[in-house]
Amino acid sequence: MSEVPLHHILFVSTALFFIGMYGFFTRRNMITMLMAIELMLNSVNINFIAFNKYLFPEKMDGIFFTIFIIAIAAAEAAVAIAIIINLYRSHKSIDVEEASEMKY
Amino acid sequence: MNEALLLMKPELIVTVIIFILLILHVARENSSPAYLLNLINGLLFINFLCGFFFNREGTLFGDMYVTNGLIVLEKNILNLGMLLISLQATDWLKKKDFIVEFYVLLLTTLLGMFFMLSSNNLLMFYLGLELSSIPLAALANFELEKRKSSEAAMKFIMSSAFSSGLLLFGISMLYGTTGTLNFAQLAMLIDGNPLQLFSFILLLAGFGFKISAVPFHLWTADVYEGSPVAVTSYLSVISKGAILFVMASVLFTVFKPLVETWYNMLYLLAVLTMIIGNLFAIRQQNLKRFLAFSSIAQVGFILIGMSGSSQEATASVIYFVLIYVFSNLGAFGVIALVSAQTGKEEIDDYKGFYLSNPMLALVMTLSLFSLAGIPPTAGFFGKFFLLMAGAGKGNFVLITIAALNMVISLYYYLRIVKVMFMEKNETPMEKLQISLFPRISLLTCMAGIILIGFTTLLYDYIFSLSTSF
Repeated sequence: MSEVPLHHILFVSTALFFIGMYGFFTRRNMITMLMAIELMLNSVNINFIAFNKYLFPEKMDGIFFTIFIIAIAAAEAAVAIAIIINLYRSHKSIDVEEASEMKY
Repeated sequence: MNEALLLMKPELIVTVIIFILLILHVARENSSPAYLLNLINGLLFINFLCGFFFNREGTLFGDMYVTNGLIVLEKNILNLGMLLISLQATDWLKKKDFIVEFYVLLLTTLLGMFFMLSSNNLLMFYLGLELSSIPLAALANFELEKRKSSEAAMKFIMSSAFSSGLLLFGISMLYGTTGTLNFAQLAMLIDGNPLQLFSFILLLAGFGFKISAVPFHLWTADVYEGSPVAVTSYLSVISKGAILFVMASVLFTVFKPLVETWYNMLYLLAVLTMIIGNLFAIRQQNLKRFLAFSSIAQVGFILIGMSGSSQEATASVIYFVLIYVFSNLGAFGVIALVSAQTGKEEIDDYKGFYLSNPMLALVMTLSLFSLAGIPPTAGFFGKFFLLMAGAGKGNFVLITIAALNMVISLYYYLRIVKVMFMEKNETPMEKLQISLFPRISLLTCMAGIILIGFTTLLYDYIFSLSTSF
């Protein structure tokens, strides 16, 4: 059985990154925007793992970085969701269009 | 063992203060706000003083952590800014319930910035960056019941998460092409192939978000307006200063081989940042929003200095950030006092401010003069050295654009001065009480603004610490 070549994996991760970016720009629901950011971070994780396995298997730098990204993404999501809950209390909505008191 | 402790001294002291606060919070639940604030400001003052003694140079943790004279100086500048902001915030914090939580979050971001400044590895850099930006989002939401505050926090966390996504994608590409995360090794291995250029653009975009350079500045004004004044001044001085220090060191060490490429990018960013920051600052009505755009314009000038990529460039960026700490905190100190006692933040509220509060109006005027760069104040020398460093490249178009922008900025800074001194107000502000701590802080800022302009010792000292490019 032949191994999956590196550039296939990179294609998947880059696609995932830009899908996440597209989602972040088009979605209006804050939770969905947060999910889009998670997509972007996960594409970075795939990148790191793939590079580490295919190109530099003798060192563990990439895998360590992935673990830290996962942990920090969780922390970021926790703070973001707390903020969104607090915003929901005052605005009664989690649509970003509703939270537009300050402009220009 | 002792050496390792001394190398990490700034981080360790901040960590100890955080733990003291946490334990105090559990052990003495009913301590009065005044007692807490005195204690915390004392601790921060000790922290600031400790920065001057027993400084060592060296690396730790397998080359992940590095410290030298320049980094210690940068940390001292941040400590000073932290102390000044804390002194200014006392009036506002006295009425709040969560004083300890406020300081724990604030000191955590300071700790993150210290690690970021000392990082010698992209992993360490990323960890420091996140540690310094996630708690700030929580701080922006500190006034839980205000609609604007939660809106600001939401915008801040979203844009900072997005920008760290960009930054990480860039880092992963850089790792893929070189196989290392260490700054020194990266500098040797970068050869400017297309994938590395792509990753560099992503990294620069990530930095651009954090320092609010122009195509990435959209979150700045909203976050500054919505957050409490103390957090706004922290964002605009400490957070921005730390990222600028790191950006200079990353550009000058890791991306040294690509200097021709990033010079043009910085050129474009600086011109856009100055022009758009200035034009938007002219039409603002809210004073915090006004200072947000003014700080965007200041970043444009700093980018010019940085584009010089020489020993002068490093020295002038650090020198300017030091002056910027004093002049911006002078302005924010007055705004914090006014906002804590009257709740007013619009420019029109400041009509006739001079008649009721002559000293505060004077402080504000000096700070604005320093921000605009009028000669006897320190701001002039800061801008002068930045432009000199930028002119080292021989690109005089850029310097001309910068000089024209300084004229535009003079217009809007003087507009505030005119409002305070010359316009009549039907309902003038009453005379404000200035308690001891804000008074010390404002006097320090004034001393800094006036004295730094008259002595060259400081610039020479910073210059001698800066490494040549």
